Amino acid sequence: MSWIEVGELSEIPRLGSRVVRLPGGDVAVFRTGDDRVFALRDACPHRGGPLSQGIVHGHRVTCPLHNWVIELETGEAAGPDTGCTAGYAVKVQQGRVWLNVEPARDSQSGEACLQRVASA
Amino acid sequence: MSAVMEQRRPRLVLVGNGMAGVRTLEELLKLEPDKYEITVFGAEPYGNYNRILLSPVLSAEKTLDEIMLNDEQWYQDNGIRLCKGRKVVKVDRKARRVMADDGTEMGYDRLILATGSDPFIIPVPGHDLDGVVTFRDIHDVIAMLEAARTRKRAVVIGGGLLGLEAANGLLSQGMEVTVVHLMDSLMERQLDTAAAALLQQSLEQKGLRFLMAHQTEAILGDGRVQGVRFKDGSEVAADLVVMAVGIRPNTALAKEMGLYCERGVLVNDTMQTYDPSIYAVGECVQHRGQTYGLVAPLWEQAKVCANHLAEYGIARYEGSLTSTKLKVTGIDLFSAGDFTGDETCDELVFKDAARGVYKKLVLKDGRIRGAVLYGDTLDGPWYFQLMRDATPVDDMRQGLLFGQAHVGDSGHGSEAERVASLPDSAEICGCNGVCKGTILKAIGEKKLFTLEEVRAHTKASASCGSCTGLVESLLASAVGGDYSEAPAKKPVCACTVHSHDELREAIPRLGLKTIPEVMQALDWKNPDGCHVCRPALNFYLLCAWPGEYVDDGRSRFINERVHANIQKDGTYSVVPRIWGGVTTPAELRAIADVAEKFAVPTVKITGGQRIDLLGVKKEDLPAMWGDLNRAGFVSGHAYGKSLRTVKTCVGSEWCRFGTQDSTGMGIRLEQMTWGSWTPHKFKMAVSGCPRNCAEATIKDFGVVAVDSGWELHVGGNGGVKLRGTDFLCKVSTPEEVEEYCGAFMQLYREEARYLERTAPWIERVGLSHVKQHIVEDAEGRKRLHARFLASQVEAQVDPWAERAQGKEAHEFIPIKPVALKEVTP
Repeated sequence: MSWIEVGELSEIPRLGSRVVRLPGGDVAVFRTGDDRVFALRDACPHRGGPLSQGIVHGHRVTCPLHNWVIELETGEAAGPDTGCTAGYAVKVQQGRVWLNVEPARDSQSGEACLQRVASA
Repeated sequence: MSAVMEQRRPRLVLVGNGMAGVRTLEELLKLEPDKYEITVFGAEPYGNYNRILLSPVLSAEKTLDEIMLNDEQWYQDNGIRLCKGRKVVKVDRKARRVMADDGTEMGYDRLILATGSDPFIIPVPGHDLDGVVTFRDIHDVIAMLEAARTRKRAVVIGGGLLGLEAANGLLSQGMEVTVVHLMDSLMERQLDTAAAALLQQSLEQKGLRFLMAHQTEAILGDGRVQGVRFKDGSEVAADLVVMAVGIRPNTALAKEMGLYCERGVLVNDTMQTYDPSIYAVGECVQHRGQTYGLVAPLWEQAKVCANHLAEYGIARYEGSLTSTKLKVTGIDLFSAGDFTGDETCDELVFKDAARGVYKKLVLKDGRIRGAVLYGDTLDGPWYFQLMRDATPVDDMRQGLLFGQAHVGDSGHGSEAERVASLPDSAEICGCNGVCKGTILKAIGEKKLFTLEEVRAHTKASASCGSCTGLVESLLASAVGGDYSEAPAKKPVCACTVHSHDELREAIPRLGLKTIPEVMQALDWKNPDGCHVCRPALNFYLLCAWPGEYVDDGRSRFINERVHANIQKDGTYSVVPRIWGGVTTPAELRAIADVAEKFAVPTVKITGGQRIDLLGVKKEDLPAMWGDLNRAGFVSGHAYGKSLRTVKTCVGSEWCRFGTQDSTGMGIRLEQMTWGSWTPHKFKMAVSGCPRNCAEATIKDFGVVAVDSGWELHVGGNGGVKLRGTDFLCKVSTPEEVEEYCGAFMQLYREEARYLERTAPWIERVGLSHVKQHIVEDAEGRKRLHARFLASQVEAQVDPWAERAQGKEAHEFIPIKPVALKEVTP
């Protein structure tokens, strides 16, 4: 099964993020101001900066290395920058955060995104 | 969107398919893409094109296709109905309907008038002959190009900006061109007589003929133009006559529908006409008594209008200052503001006729009111900026005419670097490796008009900013006579309309004590701001409410949140504080032990006389800090917008030239100031004699010992823009050095904008202002110093020690390390 429990929602600071260390690389799990939770590969499409360390605002995060702004829902860079980082499905049940460790392939944006990453 | 929803959308009609109107739609679509059902009426049978680039089309430097801004696809893509080639002739305001000349009728809920302006035709006999044209739209340009193919002699009436550009275009199409001007000096609204004479001289060398102080009496010909006769009876032969004597706001439709007009359609600061459902933008508008014919004000108006159409209701247009640049190849000319002045003004003039260079600045009350530059216009944008910001220039008056490069601000690249003459391969932005050709290509292809747009699309000038002047020059030469520059009152970011200064002022005035309070009171557009505004607000609140405000880690850049410097690979660097750069064998041994224990890959001596441990894993930071604490170290704040280091030389303790104990003084200053947060990083140095081995005169606050005391210097910078310090004053005792230093830092903390170093801050407010508060006002200085010390009580808690003891532990460890077996089924 590809869903794993990563911890309590309260362990992720609001407007912040925590890292889930997977064998294949880090995944950043974000919690926004309105308590939505998102997960992206912890690497900016620009130069691989750790997005988990960025400032979260709205449903976006700003990469700490060169200020690219990444959409948390899609992993896409905000215009005019172009690039995309892989997204992961994530859910909160009874205050616990669950992460699907397979990169999201079912959502339309996730698939488009992965293809672009692969062809880049 | 469902059909039901579609019907409910209010209807927005734009009359006038030109630059101002379409820009308004673009701004609106950015804010509220689906709010309106939009229809555009345009009299010309084209999409929207860049009217300011008609001159390069005439001179064959550009094609029509290259100056199209919005082709028909754009209207389609944005769901906008375009009625081109249809002129609106009537508007029934009661029924809210517009009617076009072909009978098309359409209802509206909101209407934008952007009817632009018409060329002024001198009502002399013969003005309607065949071969008499104006210079206003594509139709005119086509007529002129046609005439140039078949005929020989052209007369251009009007020696202003438009007339000269038309004349130059016709000349390059092979015509013999005579320019007729009513006044005895060209471009008298933009140039003084000295600059106009130089301009006329170079245009004559290019082959233009001039008839100055000639008043046209009649245009001669029978059916087709043959010549022009003047008041003095003289005549000149012509196959083509171009009338370029000025433009008038087109108010015909507005008057027809009963809207109040003077020279233009009157609008208020929200771009509304006397009928609140009708907005007007662009050249047809009269705002606070002014009409505008240049692009930058139009852009500002478009933004404000869109803001209100989107019902954000927060933007105001407060008028624009404009600058002019002639789009004639090989001629550099810049003009802005009031360049004639009066008896209350001072004039600074530089003239080198042999080199063809002329510069004049008009100053009043220590500020620039106007500028005329001819031959060397590199500093035009800088003067314009100083003028718009009303920056006091008294302190740099001596070097002002020689340009930005000569006022302690040598930037990078030499001032001789004339951007227009550089090859396309020349690197403009050294940080991001962007060359001239790339920037020009982006400006052309992506239709960029502003510095911000060029930054976003090319990254040029987006990092250190030292090439901003060059990029602005490129932009000016590419988009022509005038370009939009960041307005003087620049919002902090897209989340707000307020500037840094307005935020600083509002926080204590409204008693705002948290970031959410500020955002609510000042109508933030995004609920939790962004990476630009939040760190600024966090600092302003920290500075305004010392001891009371609870620092918001989520609003700090990562380095300040985890108290270490992030590196390109996501590891961190650790720099322990080494007071005044003086250390001991025991301390060095402790650092060596820590470096070995945590397998630090690189150990580097920094420029600030400290030791940098690079490549540390984030999880190791707290333990490493614990070890360093036990050896007596605290954080060096090498990562912060804060006091960094105090560099010293060995001074009188060892040096045979030393006059005072500079190391002791440096340590005292560092102990007083460490831990303080500042608008940007803050560096100090203390030298023991005027040989200045600690390089104190390129620091934010530099102290140079002399035999009789201490010289204090401020506002230096050894980084992006090399700037030597300004001399502040001389004091006698170490206690005074401390007091002046604390007061200076506090003034900087309280007045500068976030991310503004002391050098640009001092250039903005003027050294006199700083001297007044720190040197002349002894009581004020003591109060500033006291406030600084008060804020230090809370600030001087070592963040490393706290975190070594477990504070904010979640910042440093993964929420979950997952072993391979857990993810393989």
